[in-house]
Amino acid sequence: MKPARIYRGKYLRRVPSLFCPGCGNGMILNAFIRAVDELPIPKEKYVLVSGIGCSAWIPSPNINMDTLHTTHGRAIAFATGVKLANPQLTVCVISGDGDLGSIGGNHLLHAARNNIDLTVVMVNNSIYGMTGGQVGPTTPHNIKTSTTPYGNPYHPADFPAIVSAAGASFVARWTTAHILQLKDSIKKAIQKKGFSFVEVLSQCPSHTVYKKEENAFEILEHFKSISQAGAIKTGIFVDIEKDELSESIYAQLGD
Amino acid sequence: MNSLERIVPQSKDFVMGNEACAYGAIAAGCRFFAGYPITPSSEIPSLLAKMLPQVNGVFIQMEDEIASLAACIGAAWTGKKVLTATSGPGFSLMTENLGYAFMTETPLVIINTQRAGPSQGQAGKAGQGDVMQARFGSHGDYEIIALSPKNAEECFTLTVQAFNLAEKYRTPVVLLSDSVIAHLRETVDFSKINKPEIVERKRPKTLEQARRPFDDSEEDFIPPMPFFGEGNNLLVTGSTHTAEGIRETVDRATHEKLIRRLHNKIYTHQDEIVRYEEVFTETCDILAVSYGAPSRPTQGAVKRLQQEGHAVGFFRPIVLWPSPEKRLKELALQVKRVYLVEMSIRGYSAEIERIFGPDTVHHISKLTEVHTSHEIYEEIKRDMEENL
Repeated sequence: MKPARIYRGKYLRRVPSLFCPGCGNGMILNAFIRAVDELPIPKEKYVLVSGIGCSAWIPSPNINMDTLHTTHGRAIAFATGVKLANPQLTVCVISGDGDLGSIGGNHLLHAARNNIDLTVVMVNNSIYGMTGGQVGPTTPHNIKTSTTPYGNPYHPADFPAIVSAAGASFVARWTTAHILQLKDSIKKAIQKKGFSFVEVLSQCPSHTVYKKEENAFEILEHFKSISQAGAIKTGIFVDIEKDELSESIYAQLGD
Repeated sequence: MNSLERIVPQSKDFVMGNEACAYGAIAAGCRFFAGYPITPSSEIPSLLAKMLPQVNGVFIQMEDEIASLAACIGAAWTGKKVLTATSGPGFSLMTENLGYAFMTETPLVIINTQRAGPSQGQAGKAGQGDVMQARFGSHGDYEIIALSPKNAEECFTLTVQAFNLAEKYRTPVVLLSDSVIAHLRETVDFSKINKPEIVERKRPKTLEQARRPFDDSEEDFIPPMPFFGEGNNLLVTGSTHTAEGIRETVDRATHEKLIRRLHNKIYTHQDEIVRYEEVFTETCDILAVSYGAPSRPTQGAVKRLQQEGHAVGFFRPIVLWPSPEKRLKELALQVKRVYLVEMSIRGYSAEIERIFGPDTVHHISKLTEVHTSHEIYEEIKRDMEENL
């Protein structure tokens, strides 16, 4: 593996990042640029799209590529326009579970259904971090947050299952305790012609949703043990070939 | 005959306003449309779905109107001229990303075929209740350019004009059509109409310009626009940003500078943007103001009043925003009564009352359909007898 400074000089706009100490975003940023570095696609062919929230800051302003930092929840819809207008571009969306799954859930569902060639990395930290620790669409049942002070009455969504059912070509889930597997899945996702979705279970030490684990290190250990015990499923769940939207649309062009 | 000439009519044709809008978009160079079906705008996407692939353009039906405008913005940053078409309920959803398009200086055109609202209202019936929404519907201090066609021919020419303004000023432009002219079939002689010259967006000439997509040093306040995929590592964000696009969420001066420039970009060019039509206004002391479909019977009523010897003038704003306030303020010195004729209770009245004073303006509003010329004539006569 190359030393960090090589990646830093080539891919990062600013060091250090703006994330809180112990945040998983830096690790995911790291996995993403290492995946990109192992691919032959030229840097200027990438467009990185994100919505609103802490993890939307992973690409913008950190990564030194074309970035589109959009309205809350709408990253996938913006990315759809970029990809369809210029299919030569490699379009990746990096954003949070609240952004992509709650306010943006409809766009996620339909981009997967349409099988448009986008790579979506959903950073799932189980909470709304930037706004102060409110319950998110992935917060575990009964957990106390700033808007569920008596315990979370809602049920968390399983986004890889939802996106698989909607028709995505590639679906994987890892945690920030699986950085190398994550990097490999992001690589596969970018190479896949079709809608690719990688969920990363990540930590927000500022607004932890775990009862015992308080710092990033403890949460990573927790991720390791729950994935080894099978309490959460990790791995590649879908890897199929099917007609891709931009190819289908472009096949109809011309006189 | 090239493919463009084959699909856009070149001679006399019998077209609906909505169809003329679609032809205008193709003629203006629009090569990307994202939209969601809604009455009474649906002929626009239907026709574009057929025509765009024939000129190597992309048509996509999105999951909703929020996504439609989002996709348009993404496509515009790859260099395409982009359009979406909708009506009231859809326009409400689009106001979110309308603000984003203004903030990121993304050229695009939204056609709002206005229907009778609020809410679902009467989907097939006409309205002009979205004039203020276009101007103020998105949050924060933004500026908008909005045009109002009165017939099928103007649906064509003003759609071209809307693209030209969007490209020239790097900003979103709204065409406020209505369901009357959208569905009224009229003869348009495409060989005789005055087709506007096509304007293309200003592009960076140097690497330095390309890396300052929100540059504040241009004399006309309009920075050249680089595109995705050109190797300039663009930062595009709806947050307050520097000339390079770097997000600046705290510094007051950066926000002040950016928002004032965006305001000035439209405000200082209003003389170039504003368009209107006026008849019998040299010596009038009474003025009838109307736009869109009701402007046609209004003009008829004014003509009849003129023939009877009343000094009634007719004024039709073609560009509603920025408003033709300079000219209207001149007319305000000369007229004692103003009749505003529109298919809405509020419509454009706040702007007209602002200029002429609320006591001077008498509102002749009719909901869901256009007034007859006789109705307007009668109401003006009645009011003149009562108040003048």
